Amino acid sequence: MQPTFSSSRILLPVRPWFIFLSLIAAAVLNFLPTAHWPGMPDWVALVLCFWSVREFRRVGMGWGFVLGLLMDVADGAVLGQHCFAYVLLAYTASSLSRRILWFPLAQQALQIMPLLVGTQIIQVLMRLAVGADFPGWGYFIGPFVATLLWIPATFILLLPQYRPVEQDPNRPI
Amino acid sequence: MAGMDHAPPPFFKRGPAPLALLTFYIAVSLAIFVVDLRFKSLELLRQSIALVVDPVQRVAQTPGSLVDYAGQYLQGMRSLQVENDELKHAKLTTAPDLQRLAQLEAENTRLRKLLDVKEREKANGQVAQIMYTARDPFSRKVIVDKGQQADIAAGLPAIDEAGVVGQVTRVFPFSAEITLITDKDQVVPVQVVRTGQRSVVFGLGNGQLELRYMPANADIQVGDLLVTSGLDDIYLPGFPVAKVINIERDSAYSFARVFCVPIAGVENFGEVMILAPRQARPERPPESAGRAAPNDGQRVKKKRMTKN
Repeated sequence: MQPTFSSSRILLPVRPWFIFLSLIAAAVLNFLPTAHWPGMPDWVALVLCFWSVREFRRVGMGWGFVLGLLMDVADGAVLGQHCFAYVLLAYTASSLSRRILWFPLAQQALQIMPLLVGTQIIQVLMRLAVGADFPGWGYFIGPFVATLLWIPATFILLLPQYRPVEQDPNRPI
Repeated sequence: MAGMDHAPPPFFKRGPAPLALLTFYIAVSLAIFVVDLRFKSLELLRQSIALVVDPVQRVAQTPGSLVDYAGQYLQGMRSLQVENDELKHAKLTTAPDLQRLAQLEAENTRLRKLLDVKEREKANGQVAQIMYTARDPFSRKVIVDKGQQADIAAGLPAIDEAGVVGQVTRVFPFSAEITLITDKDQVVPVQVVRTGQRSVVFGLGNGQLELRYMPANADIQVGDLLVTSGLDDIYLPGFPVAKVINIERDSAYSFARVFCVPIAGVENFGEVMILAPRQARPERPPESAGRAAPNDGQRVKKKRMTKN
């Protein structure tokens, strides 16, 4: 696989334990006290979206569901709120993956934005429908920050897959 | 959605089609959403997941609390001394009241016994430390560090040094979730101290409370103190809850809109005291007895009338 389909650079295959580790790390980032700061992105949504786009055969709706349950319990939210949003996110991200990966990174981020904003809107609608309080517009800043983070996230999460610059000509891969 | 290879070649087994999986997961999510919200019967599932998540969350909170601790440590001797002096002073000013409290309580019980009134219930409980606020932006909840292991149960009230903070709504093995009184539609039965009028105060969700269903001409003023009325099996009577800050009387509506702010440091971090459950109250008299009584009275009256 390449960083983008138009790139000539070939990546090493992904290691399953790295995917697992990055998803857990994203959950821990969500548990940090910084989660209450305005405009903090939902790290789990971002990383889940990333792997659903890159590796839709490994990460998909099942992971979305499990991580959603974890986040629901950790947040003290209604069970099923994050599950629903993350499952939909994983599905749309994986079905768009073949198209998104043809674009350069900045345009990828633009295509990811509606998915992340949609995840947030779905959760608001679910809670408002059952009589919760509107959390304020600051709640919607997070996905836009996450969109900007798509570029550094791609770089960091693909880091273990890049091949060394000096290559042995006898062993090209 | 045409981009993704949804239909795999038949010689590769890849499990159910994505659309089928999506339908399945969405059905399950919506089902647990409704069941959790309406029937509250998924607490066991929540507790078992919390058993895994809770330690991770505590570890994740550690850097923040370490920074707090370091900040407090570096504040130095001077501020500590000032605080110590202030506390000593405060202790001295409350000393006359406190020293006579024991004698007053004894006198009160004796008088109550003389009058044959039930003894006033004593408040006792245990102190818990607030660890963090729940991340859910739709509600106002905090997590404290005591749970089932410390005999905390759902429904117990929590207070701080100034007044009522909230009520325990969920209990996990080593932690508990307290819903603050400012949470939307969290209800506390209260009494206006000045007039003795009983009412119910509702959380608004924006850090304020509202006294609903007060008649437009009700005797209530800005600055009135609301304390718990004790007319429920949860809160003991007499704990300060809120102070009235704004009253909108509009003759177009039959009720006045009374806004209050909580007295306790509801949105502050610190320690709270979770009170022990109240003693069971005597059962309510059955509904029908109350209705039958006036009829009997009427009958008696009628009989008397006929006798006369």
